[in-house]
Amino acid sequence: MSIMGIILAVVVVGGTGLFIGIFLGVSDKAFAVETDEREEAILDILPGNNCGGCGYAGCSGLAAAIVAGEAEVGGCPVGGAPVAEKIGAIMGVDASAQERQVAFVKCAGTCEKAKTEYEYHGIKDCVMASQMQDGGAKGCAYGCLGYGSCVTACPFDAIHVVDGIAVVDKEACKACGKCVAACPKHLIELIPYKQQTFVQCNSNEKGKALMSVCEVGCIGCRLCEKNCEAGAITVNNFLAHIDADKCTNCGVCAEKCPRKIIKM
Amino acid sequence: MQELLLIAVGSAFVNNVVLSQFLGICPFLGVSKNVKTAAGMGGAVVFVITIASFVTGLIYKFILGNPNIMGGELEYLNTIVFILVIAALVQFVEMFLKKSMPSLYNALGVYLPLITTNCAVLGVALTNVESGYGLLTGVVNGFATAVGFLVSIVLMAGIREKTEHNDIPESFKGTPIVLVTAGLMAISFFGFSGLI
Repeated sequence: MSIMGIILAVVVVGGTGLFIGIFLGVSDKAFAVETDEREEAILDILPGNNCGGCGYAGCSGLAAAIVAGEAEVGGCPVGGAPVAEKIGAIMGVDASAQERQVAFVKCAGTCEKAKTEYEYHGIKDCVMASQMQDGGAKGCAYGCLGYGSCVTACPFDAIHVVDGIAVVDKEACKACGKCVAACPKHLIELIPYKQQTFVQCNSNEKGKALMSVCEVGCIGCRLCEKNCEAGAITVNNFLAHIDADKCTNCGVCAEKCPRKIIKM
Repeated sequence: MQELLLIAVGSAFVNNVVLSQFLGICPFLGVSKNVKTAAGMGGAVVFVITIASFVTGLIYKFILGNPNIMGGELEYLNTIVFILVIAALVQFVEMFLKKSMPSLYNALGVYLPLITTNCAVLGVALTNVESGYGLLTGVVNGFATAVGFLVSIVLMAGIREKTEHNDIPESFKGTPIVLVTAGLMAISFFGFSGLI
């Protein structure tokens, strides 16, 4: 190895580095993609969980959609009103106050109160269990199986299985809707945070059939419907449903319910 | 043509980059939790290795291995120059895709910059030189090697998705069972050695 060899090696490696540096610098300018400043500003404000609750692929997707005018400024269900306000300021739109929502599990059939038909020893997964005979081991074909598919789906640790049924932590819930989609029994729905009365049952069984499998479920007796002054309750298919827009949270229905399935 | 086919099958299956040469283990273990991301990573690796084989092949042919410059003695610089070039190449490819093919850029996403540090890319470039492959054979070898990587990482991800639900002893949970799986896969890929 002569001195020339050393110099040549330095030249080759240094030259390669220099060439690459200049080349990358030039191509950075040449291939610069113009991004809307507002998009990045909005992305900074968004929570960044990439939960997909807005219906777009992650927070950057929503940010792009908001800038493009395809999504509302309050499109993020997780951030809620505070985030909508800040995004509204960037976009120059007045964000009307969005009502906060929470997920709610329409089942009260805990291990003690609901009967099981057989023992299920398979994979601890609701979708799997719901494929078994009679839609799962639980006597009630509409009830919560309690294998926690919603718990796995929740990005915010806001839903847990307690006594064999899923229970939502109202404060932690961001209403992203992941659990709603994950539940094979379609038990979970989004209700307004302020709502205080709710029917904790999803069963369309007639009274007698229901009573044979669950101690607490709604039998569709219509007592709540008759007693509701605001006319907010309707009973369809032997199941009471409360219209959140009409409900005044007076609590009469909870008092009258013979099964105590309407909770305050 | 037959020689190219032999090289392709050889580097994709018989000398599988992960399971036989033990290159690119890091993404193989790191990004194989589900089939979709594994396929994304594999796709990005195929893309980058093919281009990198071509570019490093060019550099070797005209600069480092050129007998007119220092009588081809500059070969010892292969490793360092290839590292430089591959890193820059990935950067450039990322910029280029972002501008001209946003859909492909979004599909490859975060995997593209990750590949800068994937030793399989450098490994293929050096293997090409060592085996004395020309430009075309080098590119074919690179592409086939990357396909081998894609196959093994997708297989691995599929197995890992299954083992998620299995009853694994406490001490084997996580990385240990993955390494055991990788070892068993390597043994089964050993069966390909009779192919050529």
